[in-house]
Amino acid sequence: MEWSANSLGRAIPVEIKGRKLVPFAGAFADPCRERQGEGATRAPRPIPARAKPSKLVADWDELLDRLDLHDGATISFHHHLRDGDGIVNEVVARLAARGLRDLTIAPTALFPVHDALLPYIRSGVIAKIEGSMNGGIGAACSRGEIKETCVLRSHGGRQRAIQDGQLTIDAAFIAAPCADSFGNANGRGGKSACGPLGYALPDSERARKVAILTDSLVPYPCQPWSIQGANVDWVLEVRSIGDSSKIVSGTTRLTRSPTQLLIADLTARFIEAAGIMRNGFSFQAGAGGISLAATVYLAERMRKAGVKASFAHGGATKILVDLLKEGLLQSIIDLQSFDLDAVRSCAENPRHIESNPFASYGPRSAGCVASMLDVAILGATEVDLDFNVNVNTHSDGFLLHGIGGHTDAASGAGCTIITAPSFRKRIPIVREKVTTVTCPGEVVDAIVTERGIAINPKRGDLSERAKFAGLPLLSLSQLMDDVHKITGIPEAPQFKDRPVALIEWRDGSIIDVVRELDI
Amino acid sequence: MEGNRFIAGAAAKSDCLVAYERGDAPMSVVVRSSVGALFGKAIGATVLRVASEFGVSSGLIKVDDDGALDGTLAARVEAALRKAGFVRLPSTASATPLRAASSRGRFRRARLYLPGDQPHLAANAGLFGTDCLIFDLEDAVVAERKFDTRILVRRTLEESLMLGDREIVVRINPLSSPYGRDDLSEIVRARPHAITLPKCESAADVTEADEAISALEKAAGIKQGSIFLMPIIETAAGVLSSREIAQASPRNVALCFGREDFSRDIGAVAPPAGGGAFPAKGIESLLARQMIILAARASGIAPLDSVFADVEDEEGLFLSCLDARALGFAGKGVLHPLQIPIVMKAFRPTEVEASRAEKIVAAFDGAAAEGRGAISVDGQMVDAPVAEKARALLRDYREEH
Repeated sequence: MEWSANSLGRAIPVEIKGRKLVPFAGAFADPCRERQGEGATRAPRPIPARAKPSKLVADWDELLDRLDLHDGATISFHHHLRDGDGIVNEVVARLAARGLRDLTIAPTALFPVHDALLPYIRSGVIAKIEGSMNGGIGAACSRGEIKETCVLRSHGGRQRAIQDGQLTIDAAFIAAPCADSFGNANGRGGKSACGPLGYALPDSERARKVAILTDSLVPYPCQPWSIQGANVDWVLEVRSIGDSSKIVSGTTRLTRSPTQLLIADLTARFIEAAGIMRNGFSFQAGAGGISLAATVYLAERMRKAGVKASFAHGGATKILVDLLKEGLLQSIIDLQSFDLDAVRSCAENPRHIESNPFASYGPRSAGCVASMLDVAILGATEVDLDFNVNVNTHSDGFLLHGIGGHTDAASGAGCTIITAPSFRKRIPIVREKVTTVTCPGEVVDAIVTERGIAINPKRGDLSERAKFAGLPLLSLSQLMDDVHKITGIPEAPQFKDRPVALIEWRDGSIIDVVRELDI
Repeated sequence: MEGNRFIAGAAAKSDCLVAYERGDAPMSVVVRSSVGALFGKAIGATVLRVASEFGVSSGLIKVDDDGALDGTLAARVEAALRKAGFVRLPSTASATPLRAASSRGRFRRARLYLPGDQPHLAANAGLFGTDCLIFDLEDAVVAERKFDTRILVRRTLEESLMLGDREIVVRINPLSSPYGRDDLSEIVRARPHAITLPKCESAADVTEADEAISALEKAAGIKQGSIFLMPIIETAAGVLSSREIAQASPRNVALCFGREDFSRDIGAVAPPAGGGAFPAKGIESLLARQMIILAARASGIAPLDSVFADVEDEEGLFLSCLDARALGFAGKGVLHPLQIPIVMKAFRPTEVEASRAEKIVAAFDGAAAEGRGAISVDGQMVDAPVAEKARALLRDYREEH
């Protein structure tokens, strides 16, 4: 295999299975622009006859007959049902029973429930995954069990790959909590309500064939139509699209971990001290323990200072919904609801806005929600002395997480903050070089740990303000040395040469590869 | 311990289970670890290092690890080997740890109790702004884990890299229990700043500890009298002897109250919710608290209040701290780091304290400029530790305002 180096010095194969790889050249360099649209997109549909279309199919067999999938097909899914999803496993099992092989699965994310796909990976039904790989499937990928080299993309990067025709989907299977027989669908109603349904939007617009699967068929017109029926070929009513108790976690209890709370408190203090917390500012914070607590602490500071935010972006939780009701937030721009309060708010409150990957994160957009953000609070499995961030692999080399919206939010926000404990169990978070680069240090401004804040030297403005406010600042190398005194210095994991997954930057260039573990 | 197998530690997060099996074959080590890819070699090396400190060269050591820090691992190996009867070779005695000294009159507003046998709590315990960190060998540790725990705490204190500049305290078991003496002989050489003595009932309880510590200090080459004592009073008999207890040893720097055991000891039963005519919670211990405060203040040491047990009730904690302060207590025990900022807020410096501190600092700095070390301000002797405490008080006061 021939290799070249990208601008971060990471080795990138020149070509994989006929795809010429473009090395990452910088967060905004866009070296793939000229290749835009090189792949095939959906052929124009014939103009429909003068008749009401009949899209409702009787059963799975009729649906799969009509979709007419062959060996090597690419099928896609969304992850709004999260760990309660019942559709991905069902579709793959049925295609396997029909004897299909070498499928490419292109989900927006996978969850532990999808470990049920492992036997199909081992038997050759699934040859490749283009999308996030978590838990058991990520580990199988790291062990080299997936036949082809997989591709990991951010939510924005995936949307772009579909838009550019780089990721072509033969059939999109869209689980819909609420749909009509024409294919209009949303996630707001029904027994499996999940809130927004936007992650499936790019697939519905570009896939060759689009199928809606619903367990709540409503009379036409189902509205609002998050997925337009005009893009949908077939509709199948099923008994259940998933386990609704796992679709929304329902737990929004704040963490009691003093270390997490310390990091959250420092994060909120930093945001205020940096002058970001002004009237009309906007933020994105995930649904992890530290992010939720940081949101709560930030809200306390906003209340005290009489500051109101214009919007919060990303996943929605009860915490954000309560701030919206209180008036501390003007609106929520929501890609995914994490609990029942958020699902209800999305359905009922017009200032709770349902978004989609193009509007929120689209790399080839004329700006997206992420570019309107003043601050993003994101996590990491590792960071390194160059502020590069790893969210995909653990220090032992195992691929265990997807990218989500991480790189999109980091590239867009005016200030990108990474929050993480400085070590987990015995494993230090600050490394000389991260095991895998997901996000370049170029777009990372501050790293907040329980032992202090490290600010990217490029952001002298931020460090000056933080210093003035008396916040504990330290350099990443000092932090690494301090933590090594507690944990010891870890060995490097052993890899084989073979790349098992590509980490694609938002623009389609390759920022890093994950290699097969030598174990 | 089952025949030839000796086990220490726990299969828990940030801990490890170590088993030593006697045998004639040369020493071998088997490591199973969730961080094996990153620390497998380091774990093996530590096991061998500790084994060599005990002159062990045969048998098998098995480690089942979930990310224990090196000091935890070493403590677990040491405990397993000592259970098998091995004794540390004198030539390998650990170096006496270097620790900044504490001072008699320092702040002890919040003192955080850490269960001694939960190593994952220790790593960050120095970060939460408590004045004192108390490693508990007593109530938080069940009998069958006392042995492993005192070794773990000693090792933690010997390294103590992560503990910051807190006052490091160990709560031992009462000397009347089967564990107290062993606790002392394990812990003193790791030079904690102070030792708290639970269930003190008489001056003799304190003098007995004082003498035992003196002997151990001497053996370890530690300056005589450098380790402070904080007796805890938690029985009716203890309350009635509180003055004698407070004055029983020059090591005493504080007198602590333990409410739960005290209430049980005097047979107090809380009325059902809404019942009873008394206006306040804790009424059963009011006299005891006041006697402890009087005894401590009359002896020139700090009276410190019990913990507030409901860690979810932040409002209740704050009010109980205000009450404690109103009575004359100088600090409060803390069970969860989240209680610390609340205690600190309740015990924040007053304007009167701040202006007095300002006067002390100014007088001390002025004297220092003239080359004098100790002076008198309003009749009180002011030396470097007193001036330092005044500076700390001023910093806190200014942060608030």
